[in-house]
Amino acid sequence: NLQESESENKLDGETASDSESKSEFGGSPPVPTSDDTPEVLNRALSNLSSRWKNWWVRGILTLAMITFFFIIIYLGPMVLMTIVMCVQIKCFHEIITIGYNVYHSYDLPWFRTLSWYFLLCVNYFFYGETVTDYFFTLVQREEPLRILSKYHRFISFALYLTGFCMFVLSLVKKHYRLQFYMFGWTHVTLLIVVTQSHLIIHNLFEGMIWFIVPISCVICNDIMAYMFGFFFGRTPLIKLSPKKTWEGFIGGFFATVLFGLLLSYVMSGYRCFTCPVEFNNDTNSFTVDCEPSELFQLQEYNIPVVLQSVVGWKTVRMYPFQIHSIALSTFASLIGPFGGFFASGFKRAFKIKDFANTIPGHGGIMDRFDCQYLMATFVNVYIASFIRGPNPSKLIQQFLTLRPDQQLHIFNTLKAHLVDKGMLGRLEDA
Amino acid sequence: MSARRRRRAAAEEEEEEEEEEEKAAAGSDKEVDLEERLGELDLRSDSDIPDVPPPTDSTPEILKRALSGLSARWKNWWIRGILTLAMISVFFLIIYLGSFMLMLLVLSIQVKCYHEIITIGYRVYHSYDLPWFRSLSWYFLLCVNYFFYGETVADYFATFVQRREQLQFLIRYHRFISFALYLTGFCMFVLSLVKKHYRLQFYMFAWTHVTLLITVTQSHLVIQNLFEGMIWFLVPISSVICNDITAYIFGFFFGRTPLIKLSPKKTWEGFIGGFFSTVVFGFIFSYFLAQHQYFVCPVEYNSETNRFVTECEPSELFQMKKYSLPPLLQAVLGWETVNMYPFQMHSIALSTFASLIGPFGGFFASGFKRAFKIKDFADTIPGHGGIMDRFDCQYLMATFVHVYITSFIRGPNPSKLLKQLLILQPEQQLSVYKTLKSHLVEKGILQPSPRG
Repeated sequence: NLQESESENKLDGETASDSESKSEFGGSPPVPTSDDTPEVLNRALSNLSSRWKNWWVRGILTLAMITFFFIIIYLGPMVLMTIVMCVQIKCFHEIITIGYNVYHSYDLPWFRTLSWYFLLCVNYFFYGETVTDYFFTLVQREEPLRILSKYHRFISFALYLTGFCMFVLSLVKKHYRLQFYMFGWTHVTLLIVVTQSHLIIHNLFEGMIWFIVPISCVICNDIMAYMFGFFFGRTPLIKLSPKKTWEGFIGGFFATVLFGLLLSYVMSGYRCFTCPVEFNNDTNSFTVDCEPSELFQLQEYNIPVVLQSVVGWKTVRMYPFQIHSIALSTFASLIGPFGGFFASGFKRAFKIKDFANTIPGHGGIMDRFDCQYLMATFVNVYIASFIRGPNPSKLIQQFLTLRPDQQLHIFNTLKAHLVDKGMLGRLEDA
Repeated sequence: MSARRRRRAAAEEEEEEEEEEEKAAAGSDKEVDLEERLGELDLRSDSDIPDVPPPTDSTPEILKRALSGLSARWKNWWIRGILTLAMISVFFLIIYLGSFMLMLLVLSIQVKCYHEIITIGYRVYHSYDLPWFRSLSWYFLLCVNYFFYGETVADYFATFVQRREQLQFLIRYHRFISFALYLTGFCMFVLSLVKKHYRLQFYMFAWTHVTLLITVTQSHLVIQNLFEGMIWFLVPISSVICNDITAYIFGFFFGRTPLIKLSPKKTWEGFIGGFFSTVVFGFIFSYFLAQHQYFVCPVEYNSETNRFVTECEPSELFQMKKYSLPPLLQAVLGWETVNMYPFQMHSIALSTFASLIGPFGGFFASGFKRAFKIKDFADTIPGHGGIMDRFDCQYLMATFVHVYITSFIRGPNPSKLLKQLLILQPEQQLSVYKTLKSHLVEKGILQPSPRG
C-alpha cells in the first residue's frame, strides 16, 4: 500500500484528465492535495529531487508513527483506549466527509448534526455494555451509574430513536434521496468503524498482547510485502491493486509469521502485556497484575521429526501463545490484504486518491487502518471461541438479577457439578 | 399532465440529447455511460430515477368477476377490505397452529421483505448485470440468519443440542464459523470488483448491508419476543395494526389538520384518536389473552416429545391483582379498586409506543418510497402492495418490545447462565461459587451451613 496509490489511477485506464473532467465535483478539477509537510522537513529536504523527497517524508513519518505507538503503549491502557477512541472519530469523520463530497450534501438540513449524534449514540451504547462489565464494582457504588447501567439498553434505544425521528422530521421534498443516501452511508460507516474500535478495546482488556501483536503483524505484513515485492516482485496479484505481486504476498506471509513468533516470545515474558487489564477500585486506576495464565508459561514441545533433522533440536521451549500467534499472523497476511483491496476499490469507486490529508505522505488515518479493518474482529472472535470463556464477573452480575428460586436452582446445580469434579469436598464449605 | 411533469419530461429529453451527443463524440461504450449516468444520478435531486411502470393488476380473476359491476373506487375498497380480512384470518390460523409455524412465518416474511428491498436497489442502480451480485446478496442473508439463529436457537434447544455431537461442535465454535462464512462472502465481493463498476458494486454492497441490518435483526428480535410468550408477539403487532386502522378511521371522519408534509393524508385528529383507541384496545386485548396459558407462558422445547410446549405457572405479571384507583378516576367510575393483570399496565406502554413512534416507521417508508419513486414496495398483495408495505410500521415495534422486555421484565435466561457457568475454568467456577454462596446466605435464601 506504500506507493501504489500514486500510480494506481493512471494504470486504471483513465488518464488524469479523464477523472478530472467527469462531473464528479461539479466540473471543476479535484482539489490538489495540499502539501501538509511541516516547513522544517521541507527545508531539510529541499535539495533532493521530488521522488526521493517523497520517500524520505514517508520514511520519517513512518518512524514517527511507530515511535508514537510505543510511547502510547508505555503510557498504559487508559491512554490507549483514548487513542483508539480518537482514531475512531477521525476515521468516521473522514468517511462521512467523503460522503458529503460524493453527494454534494453540505447543505442538507441537520445532517452534520445527525451524523455526529448517531456516532455519539452508538458509542454510548457500546461503552455502556463494556464499561459495565469491567467497572462493575465502581458502577454498583454510585447510584446514578447504577441506574444508567440497569436500564442501559432502554436509554440507548431511546437516544437512537430520537435521532431516527429527527431524521424523519428533517426530510425535505426534492432531497429525499440524498438524505436517505446519507442516512445509509452514516449507518454503514458506523457499522464498520465503531464496532471495530470497540472490539479492539475488548481485545485490549484481554491483555495488551492481544492488541499489540495483531496490529504489529498487519503493519509488518504491509512493510514486508512491499519489500519482497520491490526486490523480487514479478507476477501481479490482483487487478484491483496492480502493484501487489504474488512474490510480495508469499514473502510477506512467511516474514510475518516469523515476526509474530519472535514478537510473542519477547512479549510473553512480561506481565504488563499478558495480564488482563483490570480496574482497581481502591486505587481507581487500571492495573495489569496477575498470575500469568497457561498460555504464557513456557512449555516443552516436541519438534516433528522432519524439522528435527533440519534444526538439530529434539524439543523446543515455547509459549503456547506463540502457536496462537501463528494463527493471527496467518490471518493478517492472507485475509488482511483483502481489507486493503476493499479500501482501494472504495477509493477508485469514489475517485479519491486518499481518504484525507491528515498524515503527510501517507494520506488519512483511514489509509493507515484499512488493513486493520478485519483483524480486530478476527482477534475478538478468536479469543471468544478458542481462548477465554465467559467473563465471571459478568455472570455474577447477571446472577444477581435473577429471582431467588432461580438463583437457588443454579447454585445447587453448580454445587453438584463442582462436587462431581472433586473440586468441593463432601462438606458444605470449600 | 401537470406542468411540473411536462417540464421534467422536457428536461429528460434534453438530457438524453446531450448524452447522445457526448456518446457520438467520445465514442464511449455503454459501461462508461453507466458510470456517467450514475455520477449525475448522485448530483441531481430525485429526478433521475425512472418511474416504476404502473403496477400490474394481480387481483385474482374470481374477485374481478364478482366485483365487475361496481365502479373502480368502490372496487378498490372492496379488494382492500377482502384482502385485509384474508390476512387477519391467516394470522389467526397461524397462531392456532403454534409457535413453530409462527417462526416459519416470520422467517418467510423476512426473506420476502429482503427480496423486495434488494430488488428496488437493483432497479435504482440498473445493476441487474453486475457479476455475482444476486448470489452474494442471498449468501449474506444466509450468513446473517445462520449467525442469529445459532445465537438464539442454541439457548432454547439446549437439551436437544446436548445429545448430538456434531451440533455441539457447531455451537461451541459458532461465532468463529459464522465469521468465517461472512469473510468468504466479503472476499468474494472484493474479488468480484470489476473496473468501471466499482461504485455500483459498493452501493449494492452497502444497500445489502443496510437492508440486512433492518430486516434480519428485526425479525430475530420478533422471534425472541415470541419465545418470551406469544402475548409479547401478539399484543404489539395487533396494537400497530389497530393504530393503523383506527387512525385511518378517525382521520376519515374527523380529519382536518395535516400532520406532516411527508404523508399529506395523515391528520392530527387521526393521530390522537388512533392513540386513545389503541391504548384502550391494547388494554382490553391483553385482558383476554392474559387468561390463557397458551399465550402467556414462555415457549419451551420439550426434548422428549420433540415439540414446543407452552405450559407453566403463570408469572406474577399474569395474575390478577387489586389496584386502587386514583381518587380522580374513582369519582368518575364509581369503583374503589379494580382487578387487573399487571401486564395490562405494560400494554399501555406498548400501545403508546405503537401509536406515537410507530408511525415514524411509516413516515420513513413513505419517504423512502418517494425518494426512489415507487408507489409500493412490490405487488405481492393485491390492493395493498408488497409485504414491506404492511410491515413498515412494525419496523421499530419489535426492537422496542425486545428492549422493553430485557430492561423491565425478565432478567437473563437462567439456563443460558448455567451453561456459561459450566464452561468456566474450574478455579473460576470455585470463586464464583463462593461469591454466590455468600450472597445467598446474606439474603437469607440459603441457610448458612454449620461450619460456614
